Amino acid sequence: MSTLPSDLQRAEAESPDASPARPEYAEVSREVRPAPPRYRNEIGKYSIYRASHCANCGRCVETCRYGVHVRPEGYLHVMRPYDYRCIGPDCKDTDCCCIDACPQGALKLSANPVSGTMGDHRWTPDLLMSTWTMAETGRPPGRHLESEIGTSGGGFDRLRFRFPNSPPPGLRREDISTRLLLNRRGDSRPRIAIDVPWYGGGMSFGSTNIRALLGKARVAKAFHGFTCTGEGGYPERFVPYKDHVITQVATGLFGVREETIQRAPIVEFKYAQGAKPGLGGHLLGDKNTPSVAAMRGTVVGVPLFSPFPFHSVYSVEDHKKHLDWIAHVNPRALLSAKVSTPVDVDMVAVGVYYAGGHIVHLDGSYGGTGAAPNVAKKNIAMPIEYAIGRVHQFLVDEGIRDRITVIASGGVRTPADVAKAIALGADGCVIGTAELVALGCIRCTACESGRGCARGIATTDDELLELLDVDWCTQRLVNLYAAWQQMLVDLLYRLGLDSVGALRGRTDLLMHLDYENET
Amino acid sequence: MPAKYVIHHTTAKPRFRPVGKLGIVDWREDCSSCHNCVKRGCVYRLYRDEADTLRDEVGYLDYIYQCKGCLSCVQNCTKNILTRVVNPEYRRLGDSYYTPDLILSTWYQAETGKIPVTGSGYGGPFSGPGFDSMWTDMSEIVRPTRDGIHGREYISTSVDIGRKLSHLAFADGQLKVDPPPLMETPLPVIFDRIPRHWQREAVMTAVTTAAAEIGTLAVLCEADLREQEAADCGHVIPLLESPGPSAVQPCGSAPFVMIPDSPDVMAVQAALKRDPSARIVAIRIPAVPTVAGRVADLVREGAEVIHLTFDSHGREQGPVRPRHMRDVLRDTHTTLVKQGIRDEVTLIASGGIAAAEHVIKAIICGADLVAIDIPLILALECRLCGECRRGQPCPIALEEIDAGFGIHRIVNLMAAWHSQLLEMLGAMGIREIRRLRGETGRCMFFEDLERDSFGRLFGKRKGGS
Repeated sequence: MSTLPSDLQRAEAESPDASPARPEYAEVSREVRPAPPRYRNEIGKYSIYRASHCANCGRCVETCRYGVHVRPEGYLHVMRPYDYRCIGPDCKDTDCCCIDACPQGALKLSANPVSGTMGDHRWTPDLLMSTWTMAETGRPPGRHLESEIGTSGGGFDRLRFRFPNSPPPGLRREDISTRLLLNRRGDSRPRIAIDVPWYGGGMSFGSTNIRALLGKARVAKAFHGFTCTGEGGYPERFVPYKDHVITQVATGLFGVREETIQRAPIVEFKYAQGAKPGLGGHLLGDKNTPSVAAMRGTVVGVPLFSPFPFHSVYSVEDHKKHLDWIAHVNPRALLSAKVSTPVDVDMVAVGVYYAGGHIVHLDGSYGGTGAAPNVAKKNIAMPIEYAIGRVHQFLVDEGIRDRITVIASGGVRTPADVAKAIALGADGCVIGTAELVALGCIRCTACESGRGCARGIATTDDELLELLDVDWCTQRLVNLYAAWQQMLVDLLYRLGLDSVGALRGRTDLLMHLDYENET
Repeated sequence: MPAKYVIHHTTAKPRFRPVGKLGIVDWREDCSSCHNCVKRGCVYRLYRDEADTLRDEVGYLDYIYQCKGCLSCVQNCTKNILTRVVNPEYRRLGDSYYTPDLILSTWYQAETGKIPVTGSGYGGPFSGPGFDSMWTDMSEIVRPTRDGIHGREYISTSVDIGRKLSHLAFADGQLKVDPPPLMETPLPVIFDRIPRHWQREAVMTAVTTAAAEIGTLAVLCEADLREQEAADCGHVIPLLESPGPSAVQPCGSAPFVMIPDSPDVMAVQAALKRDPSARIVAIRIPAVPTVAGRVADLVREGAEVIHLTFDSHGREQGPVRPRHMRDVLRDTHTTLVKQGIRDEVTLIASGGIAAAEHVIKAIICGADLVAIDIPLILALECRLCGECRRGQPCPIALEEIDAGFGIHRIVNLMAAWHSQLLEMLGAMGIREIRRLRGETGRCMFFEDLERDSFGRLFGKRKGGS
């Protein structure tokens, strides 16, 4: 294996975002703090219009509980409404309705037409806005936003929980555990556990703004969880967070070096990915900047292909050799295999276990964050909702279910989705798009256009990189994780369960709106 | 190994401004004239390009709906006077099957010849009717090519058209039977008869010439056959509207003709095969609920090629709840397999093939190849507005189209489809599309996955199955 090339060090040093990895910087608090949106006009479900005959009496500021109306100390005028915080017509039934309170009748409520133009069936406008609200406040969004399901008409969107009439006496929210053990093999490797049953998915250096990636690494540290390098190599700026960074070994082997394997607590083999199952990866030449090229050991401006599949794996035995290789290079690492969801996904999962894997990561076909051919996203491999139950049941039948951790991803958008995936049989989830939405992604799907993401997330353009700030990214993700954890605990409480582990495989707690539910 | 089949493509700019989806509008009465207009910061240079184009008065004047929808300007405007809207013209495009997104995607492919690529995962419905209730399989470790679809290794999309023998016979070491004539197309897509309301001279020239250019075939009505095409029928399949057994052959030495189904269709086929004897005859049959039986009868009587036609949404004709071609093809294919005659006949399916993925899915369900018409017209910028059907002027002036432009766009579309076929075949670990025919083991059906995954947990599905 090659050592760290000098041009890589130079590229990192020359990067506009290069700042030394300070030890103190690596300390991350889990504390929820407001993280306001980075755009002047955040988009909400409703618009509040203040007419010119407003007398600036301040009644709206006194009345509104949601921070829509603000008059800074010492100012005469009330600021333009932060209408994205407005909860809409529901407010009429409360005593904090600004419309009713305004003596001048100067305020008017209407639906925000922009919100209706956002999103899609899987990520509805409500899901986008509720994720933004959680990232800003660290709290569950209000009831005015549908924060649990989309409108795809199947899978998670048609599953619901059956809640008992009342939780068991004595169960307290603060006693409910969301901890997830990742090593169940009972071998000599560390029994790593994470505080919440999800962690961050792989996004490569080169496809995504390094500041967003650092935000992901920092929230992973805060929640004792993980993020993943993706296939773009291991930036030096990840080193302070190395105990929370998974090194991915993918087919292009970009940036895979001995030291990046040795420093990782988990090494993930990416066999396939849900965004483009069975297809290789492709980094456009425009995104292959000097720093990216140096990290990957390639030539600037040249498109980079990650061939599919591994050139060295034609069988489960070959797969075992792969895992053995990593196991010897890093005797303390847990081994994970990320696979897609073919018809024999259950057999694949069993193969991962017998090859020595600790984690099998199932990546369903509807997920993904980066650019992929539309024909692949929609048509190849099965959605994750089908795969989880198959794999869980097969592992149970094989008698090895409790010796491997099943992680699901590919369309996990909300804590409700996490809970449903676990009830179907997963141990935990990997999330990707939800994190990007928290950082301001609106799913315009133009990640691959020209200079990259116009919102500064999926880009390596020097100017667009400046749209993000590491601290802001970190706080938004900390807030999102905190809100998700709170919502998950609340859900477990309502189900009468004292831990997220107790939810695994509890399909009896689920119902499907398209079925009679009478088994 | 034959030469690698590649469809070369270059950009073919549209003649008319494509209908965009999103646009930004502003409420200028509230503008503060801050001279720091966020539009200048558009990373797609949309407004700068618009200004340049307007000044020159060339190109595509209306940029308003060419917005990528990143919302940056909307969210950064000092006075919040910008808003994003969905183009009402976009919403009106097409119908429930040929959706606005599908039409825009087809235009993109016809312009660029490239596979449409977007980020952020899949955002559509979980599943849907017909082909939307199928997912193709993939393999974690088996793939025919390891350096991309246009890499060193070969994935074949060639198919054979014609009758095949159920077995060979030899005598004295020599082949004792004459193999029937076969025709090979490098793409499992031929061009079907273009509906009358879209027929213009340049359109027909574009379709037939594009077919010849990429090595496939185009079905042309007998009445539309021009002298040149009648004489050089290499890539044209004349469709004889009402031939009798003694009809004079109007298509000269055409090696491949198509005839409609009729009570004496086998006699017509026999007459057409007299001269030249190597001619292939396809029988065109509307898909109806009993079509599988009819196809089996014809195959037993010696039919070589059966062309099943569906409506533009891929539905069979007749009943109140028509089946989608997905189910009709499976039924027909299975019927032939059970009778041990599937390999003797070539099945073509047309109607409802709107995207590259439909080609793969139709073949998985049992077709050998497909025929398309509407996607070809979409490639020529048609908006499916239906004005021509009502006798109104065409908003994109189809009659003024230049044949060269049409050829270019159709070739590009087929290049994009070909690349997508290769991607899907590669993901399935299949090197040859002939092997995909009827291979339902390489795909997953919605009802099967639902039954196996949710049926065992939640019982009976509401409304039936």
